[in-house]
Amino acid sequence: MGCGETIAIFHLQCCGVVVAELAKACGTSLPFLPLFWNGCVVNYELSHLKTLESESIHIIREVAAEFERPVLLFSGGKDSIVMLRLAEKAFWPAKIPFPVMHVDTGHNFEEVYEYRDRRVAELGIKLVIASVQDSIDSGKQVEQKGPRASRNQLQTMTLLDGLEEHGFDAAFGGARRDEEKARSKERVYSFRDEFGQWDPKNQRPELWSLYNGRHLRGEHIRIFPLSNWTELDIWQYIAEDGIEVPNIYYAHEREVFERDGMLLAVTEFVTVMEGETPETRTVRFRTVGDASCTGAVESDARTVQQVIDEVSATRVTERGATRADDRASEAAMEDRKRQGYF
Amino acid sequence: MSELLRFATAGSVDDGKSTLIGRLLFDSKSIFEDQMTSVADASERMGLDAPNLALLTDGLRAEREQGITIDVAYRYFATPKRKFIIADTPGHVQYTRNMVTGASTADLAIVLIDARKGVLEQSRRHAFIASLLRIPHLVIAVNKMDLVDYSEDRFNEIVEEFGSFAAKLDISDLTFIPLSALNGDNVVTRSEHMTWFEGSSLLHHLETVHIASDRNLIDARFPVQCVLRPQTEEFHDYRGYAGRVASGVFRPGDEVMVLPSGFTTKIKRIDTFDGEVDGAFAPMSVTLLLEDEIDISRGDMICRPQNQPTSAQDIDAMVCWLADETVLSVGSKLSIKHTTRTARAIVKNLKYRLDINSLHRDESAETLQLNEMGRVSIRTTLPLFFDEYRRSRETGSFILIDEATNATVGAGMILGET
Repeated sequence: MGCGETIAIFHLQCCGVVVAELAKACGTSLPFLPLFWNGCVVNYELSHLKTLESESIHIIREVAAEFERPVLLFSGGKDSIVMLRLAEKAFWPAKIPFPVMHVDTGHNFEEVYEYRDRRVAELGIKLVIASVQDSIDSGKQVEQKGPRASRNQLQTMTLLDGLEEHGFDAAFGGARRDEEKARSKERVYSFRDEFGQWDPKNQRPELWSLYNGRHLRGEHIRIFPLSNWTELDIWQYIAEDGIEVPNIYYAHEREVFERDGMLLAVTEFVTVMEGETPETRTVRFRTVGDASCTGAVESDARTVQQVIDEVSATRVTERGATRADDRASEAAMEDRKRQGYF
Repeated sequence: MSELLRFATAGSVDDGKSTLIGRLLFDSKSIFEDQMTSVADASERMGLDAPNLALLTDGLRAEREQGITIDVAYRYFATPKRKFIIADTPGHVQYTRNMVTGASTADLAIVLIDARKGVLEQSRRHAFIASLLRIPHLVIAVNKMDLVDYSEDRFNEIVEEFGSFAAKLDISDLTFIPLSALNGDNVVTRSEHMTWFEGSSLLHHLETVHIASDRNLIDARFPVQCVLRPQTEEFHDYRGYAGRVASGVFRPGDEVMVLPSGFTTKIKRIDTFDGEVDGAFAPMSVTLLLEDEIDISRGDMICRPQNQPTSAQDIDAMVCWLADETVLSVGSKLSIKHTTRTARAIVKNLKYRLDINSLHRDESAETLQLNEMGRVSIRTTLPLFFDEYRRSRETGSFILIDEATNATVGAGMILGET
């Protein structure tokens, strides 16, 4: 019986799997064949977004199954919003089996707090707030001084204290490898010692989709389910899935001033220095973090599609455009990660 | 619809690997101005005449200070046809460990060869690792063609030399492309200097190489990750088995068997957050609902009664040792992770150590050290449900974990039951 005959028989029998088997047995490399069953076509192809989604869900489920006390770090930024949606998908119709933690500098945008509280209520999950203000009030941390003061650096200690206080042994973060070159070398499961430190020269090899989450008491693992996503993937996914994000991600009028080539919003958390002139411009935020170090970009993108078009055409990375914290030095992110930063 | 292609690049700095990656990213407009500015600044500080594109990937402080690459770096770019993930593996220290890591999920590997130097020991090693890890497509990028006057004869010599070596390996799709990463010949667009070459440019090949058939759509395997029981009013009796399809296809109504219990039942429904689906295939993450209530937990495997994986505790595998502080030897006790199943394993036999340069088998070897590979027999405390690695990367692979240090110390590719 030749291959042609078997394929004809297959079509009559409407049995999808058999054809691939027979074709392989015949040694033919079939060009992609749509397979039919129950009257519908299943073409066995997944879009790159669905492939990324599936990979992330797999990671999130592995962590839930193998760790005792995972927590999802939620900032209200677009990446953690997508990560939270993926966690929702991973366990539906059951609830997400772990709490979320917000490391709150107290200097966030109002829209972000609102979004956070609404989303957590919707999902019926617990919100843990690790507050930088509390760390300062209790004397554990000292506020930076001067017009360039930022609470961004202080987050690390508050984060580590929060993890320790609640005994969390796995913390999901929304970091992506395309964001920054230190991150491009970090594993999906990023081992942290009892001081929360990352040792880039001593990372565990990570093969296939087999993740090693073993650790001793006091150590923890940071989990990055969005490792392989890019900024554009995130926005395409937000569009495809109809995910709501805080409206500061879309173009709006705002009072801003220029500092170090970035547009900072005029807020109570930032001191406008001499020579800096606040003016109203049409801007949006590409990243959302502490208001003292997150810059806006001039933009007319008022819809998801317009944002996607803008991101596709942009020639500057999102952190390069908007993050004062990464401009401190060539290895700013690496240094912060070594200390236990996100 | 745009597909995802993962590829690994192998080669050392001298082969022009960073230049090639830089060229792919630059010409596909995936390098941003601030990244270029920072590379240009750093190059100037180092006293270089031109921006060194290697600095784009060498991100860690020690790497820049020592001018070496420590770890696998992941880079991303997209064209309208595909999204690409590059696992960029360094060429020197801990080479094998890094390449094995970067290659384990790759659809394609690019091995760079310097046209002036021809096929070197390291080119053969890269190709061997690619074949051992069953990367379905291998591209030999013969670089620096500009330095051999774009000579067709030189290219053909290399093709012939490499071809005779590759014949000994298990490589299903081998493509040779002559190029100059520096000048951009045959990288994104076809070269005007090599009209004799009838193949496509590297990027065109990456965009069009057929990968849909690389997946195993025959052997239905579903390792259970966790059981979903919402216990809410709306979903009172809901009991779903969450996991990612490792291979094959599952459909509602299919008769399935659950291992290790051996019970059979039928698939009632396949759920996702976005609705029921009428077919699930690798690598979809879904939730299976079954007709009958059977005791199923994490680490169990759902398959078809007439097509089951091998269930065994005595397993032969090629193992690559990844640890520098310990060695593998007969009697080593380790933790083993295979699909969603974790067990303990003891090394029963080291049949031979493979010299990955000469492919010579050293049967007198007593240990495997860092970056060494060999054929090993292990016995596990629990049966594993596996397929040969050559048939399925998902159900044919495992990692070994040191129970004292918790480090990942070995990567295994299953050959079969001992």
